[in-house]
Amino acid sequence: MSNPRARPISPHLQVYRPQLTSVLSIMHRLTGIFLSGVTMVLSLWLVNIAFGEVAYSVFVAFWDSWISTLLLTGVVFCVYYHLLNGVRHLAWDWGFGFSLARVYATGWAVVGGSLALSAITLVLAI
Amino acid sequence: MAQFRLPKNAQITKGRRHNDGSGMQRPLPLQIYRWNPDDEAQPRVDDYTIDRATCGPMLLDALIKIKNEIDSTLTFRRSCREGICGSCAMNINGTNTLACTQSLSDLDTPVKIYPLPHMPVIKDLVPDLTHFFDQHASIEPWLKASDPPSDKERLQSPDDREALDGLYECILCACCSTSCPSYWWNSDQYLGPANLLQAYRWIADSRDEASTDRLEYLNDSFKLYRCHTIMNCTNSCPKGLNPGKAIGQIKSRIAKRKT
Repeated sequence: MSNPRARPISPHLQVYRPQLTSVLSIMHRLTGIFLSGVTMVLSLWLVNIAFGEVAYSVFVAFWDSWISTLLLTGVVFCVYYHLLNGVRHLAWDWGFGFSLARVYATGWAVVGGSLALSAITLVLAI
Repeated sequence: MAQFRLPKNAQITKGRRHNDGSGMQRPLPLQIYRWNPDDEAQPRVDDYTIDRATCGPMLLDALIKIKNEIDSTLTFRRSCREGICGSCAMNINGTNTLACTQSLSDLDTPVKIYPLPHMPVIKDLVPDLTHFFDQHASIEPWLKASDPPSDKERLQSPDDREALDGLYECILCACCSTSCPSYWWNSDQYLGPANLLQAYRWIADSRDEASTDRLEYLNDSFKLYRCHTIMNCTNSCPKGLNPGKAIGQIKSRIAKRKT
């Protein structure tokens, strides 16, 4: 080891091709973080009820805007995605579904399922 | 904390074009990561073009052709040229595999070649695997049995022997471990898919008597449980093995054992 220079770290995220396996995994994490944040908004709703009528009407007025519709659409999708992919993880923890064919089949099923369930929910809700 | 960006000394700069495809029957452009410990330059990506009409069928043939005919300084590991030694593992068009079993006709062009990801680079496509093999030693990859050695083989039933299929074929090329984002961020403590599959190879062996100790050693939030079932490992294994499943089986054995 006569090399005087510090060895560089080879590129990783910069060059590794995104694939269903890694993309669904990071999405599981991101939707989880997002939904934890949203629970704070939920508690804000309860806090506003406690503060009385004026505070609550301000909150409701905000909820009537398109921003909240967008947010709720995101929440609905994230709930379904995190739920379905969570079931996928549960199956893995039980020892099922490890073959590459199964990983891809269940992966696409989670994507399709969460999109379909979100669409149905939004159609019924609006 | 995971470092998502490359440190300053690892950032890639534009390299040089060594030749163009003029006069070639079937030109194939390649972009290859270069870093030389003996000069002061940053890592860079160099352009080469080879003629597929006069090249063997595999990516390793193309690399050897470049080294023979265009640029003798290009450095990479290779030995068996048939997917059993694991030396020529590298990142090819974004996924890890062996250069010797990667057919040129299956690759989009230009072919982009980098060393195995998130490893210290010794030179060009040669990563430093010292830590990876130290971790392999840490799982004590040998048969442990209390009865004294005899002149005969230790017998197994066909079923017990079959339990090792899909495990013993691992060649420790490190394709899977260096495809794993969790190993990128936690390799100081997380053992990574290759070494966990190797550990399970001994846990699953009917002749080995140390599985309780082996599971005890692995039952650790970093050594084993940094695996979040991302499954990039199984996706990249050039031998078609399933390290993700082996890790799942270790977790399952730990969960089910009597404490």
